[in-house]
Amino acid sequence: MTDGSARAEVRNPDLSASRQRRTGDVGWFIGGALLLATAVLVGASIGPAGPDWWLVGPELINRLPLISFDTGVTDAEWAIIWKVRMPRVVLGGLVGGMLSLAGASYQGVFRNPLVDPYLLGAASGAGLGATIALTMGRGETITWPIDPVPLAAFAAAIVTVMVTYVVGASFSGTRSATGAGVTLVLAGVAVVSFTSATQTFILQRNTEVFREVFRWILGSLARARWADVLLVLPYVAGAVVVLMLHRRHLDAFRVGDEEATTLGVSVARTRLIIVIAATLGTAAVVAVSGLIGFVGLVVPHVIRLVAGASNRRLIPLSFLIGAAFLILADVPSRMLSNPAETPIGVVTAFIGAPFFIYLLRTRRIA
Amino acid sequence: MIEFVDVEVRYGDRVAVTPFSDRIEAGEWVGVVGPNGAGKSSLLRSIAGLVDHGGSIVVDGRPLSGLSDRERAATVAYVPQAPIIPDDMPVVDYVLLGRTPYVGYFSSPSRRDRDVVADTLDRLALSDFADRMLGELSGGERQRVVLARALAQEAPILLLDEPTSALDIGHQQQALELVAELRSQQPLTVVSALHDLTLAGTYTDRLTMLHQGQVVAAGPAAEVLTAERLGDVYRVCVTVDIDDDDGAVIVVPRRGFPMPTEGE
Repeated sequence: MTDGSARAEVRNPDLSASRQRRTGDVGWFIGGALLLATAVLVGASIGPAGPDWWLVGPELINRLPLISFDTGVTDAEWAIIWKVRMPRVVLGGLVGGMLSLAGASYQGVFRNPLVDPYLLGAASGAGLGATIALTMGRGETITWPIDPVPLAAFAAAIVTVMVTYVVGASFSGTRSATGAGVTLVLAGVAVVSFTSATQTFILQRNTEVFREVFRWILGSLARARWADVLLVLPYVAGAVVVLMLHRRHLDAFRVGDEEATTLGVSVARTRLIIVIAATLGTAAVVAVSGLIGFVGLVVPHVIRLVAGASNRRLIPLSFLIGAAFLILADVPSRMLSNPAETPIGVVTAFIGAPFFIYLLRTRRIA
Repeated sequence: MIEFVDVEVRYGDRVAVTPFSDRIEAGEWVGVVGPNGAGKSSLLRSIAGLVDHGGSIVVDGRPLSGLSDRERAATVAYVPQAPIIPDDMPVVDYVLLGRTPYVGYFSSPSRRDRDVVADTLDRLALSDFADRMLGELSGGERQRVVLARALAQEAPILLLDEPTSALDIGHQQQALELVAELRSQQPLTVVSALHDLTLAGTYTDRLTMLHQGQVVAAGPAAEVLTAERLGDVYRVCVTVDIDDDDGAVIVVPRRGFPMPTEGE
């Protein structure tokens, strides 16, 4: 533009405001990152065995390259931190961040606040896959090179969501994007009922795996190893990148499919890309952690209530806060371990539900 | 310039717009009138790319069907009859959505995008509202904000679907005055569906009247809006006066016409 100087006068009031808002975004991101860092430190420091908790922070710094001092932590104690707690913390972060991010994306793309990442069948599919694997693997003595349960859960989750998508798309045949989102959600309801029924049917005929399946369904990070982290990392990283790139499109979705179309968004294609990314990430984390509820539904809402509804802010914060939340929720889950660990899904609901109710009562609800 | 060649809209077996051909010159303001269900919205929605249509719509030599979604959004801006207003979205963010066709995947809104938004807010006297939430605005303010978003698209064609239907008479006039003023500042082709026939006649350059998907009259307001035709098409009893001073066409409803029979 050549008339930039002429315009300068006009835009001053708004531009300063929008600059403020952008600075505000950065402030929120730094806050979220600090919260996550704190959660990691707490998660690494607390556990039933291992060194005194106040030594863990210094020891982590000591282990950084080029830094060396003596904290008095023995190699055995370090092994507890690095091989037992850290994979659990990192995996918890990836799972919580992914579920929350996927929830925020699903809610945005379907313009429906009651949607969670399990909407299109990722959870029920994974549950069915795990049930089949546990049923068929019963009594077998072969040692698999990798655990078949997460693999079956992952594959079944993907297949289930694909079925939902195909069913949903076949109903909304018109080019018009209107209503396609609703049809997809309804198709999800049907497919989820069907897979759940199938799972119940299989379980009812194989009651001896009931306990195992139930434990898997409740979700746990108890057996987390670095291998699990490596397994989910590519999916989570891919999903994070794709969803981050679409956060502005998600803002356009807020005015509905039709208006988004007239704003130049290819609604059907964009929705498909977002759903694929969110689903792949969700299926991967569900496969290693089981079904951890609440995080994907409620964490995005908490962020909306506190930091505003713009997806530009919501999408990055969902990952950071979701990660921090699950790492912290895992701490009491580890400590309350008599006779067995408390399932993390129970802890997330115990902590999260009252907090959410508190927020709903104190904040203005849009 | 918009050229319609045999444009037809169907919903299943129902024909909403029968083959429609017309030519709208750049800078014209064309009003589309007709009773509910006449096909006004369908015609506008076909231009906006929201419904499939037969025939072709060509803008400045380029068929709309050949454009990508983003190219189309940079050519045609659309203000729906009942826009979805996210209550918790700030005005400036909402207007910035109008820049969607110009913001790439890997980029943020540029300085120019922000300038256009600031400029548009300023022109519509919305600068003071920039940081307000949409839910806090009155009906008239909302209508201006929706118009601002459409203008931020910088498209040469503006489609308005019943832009005044939710407004009182004062705000109706304000909204249409605003469109008229914008047209005097920049080249803008406007196609609007309008219910109020007097307003439609006053503000637009010419009218196209649809009835059951067909064009029943087209031309200057004084020719299109005759008492007899309105009686046929709308099943109303009106008198039509032409103002001696400025030639404005005034449609006045009268009592005493029989109620329309079902399935007329």
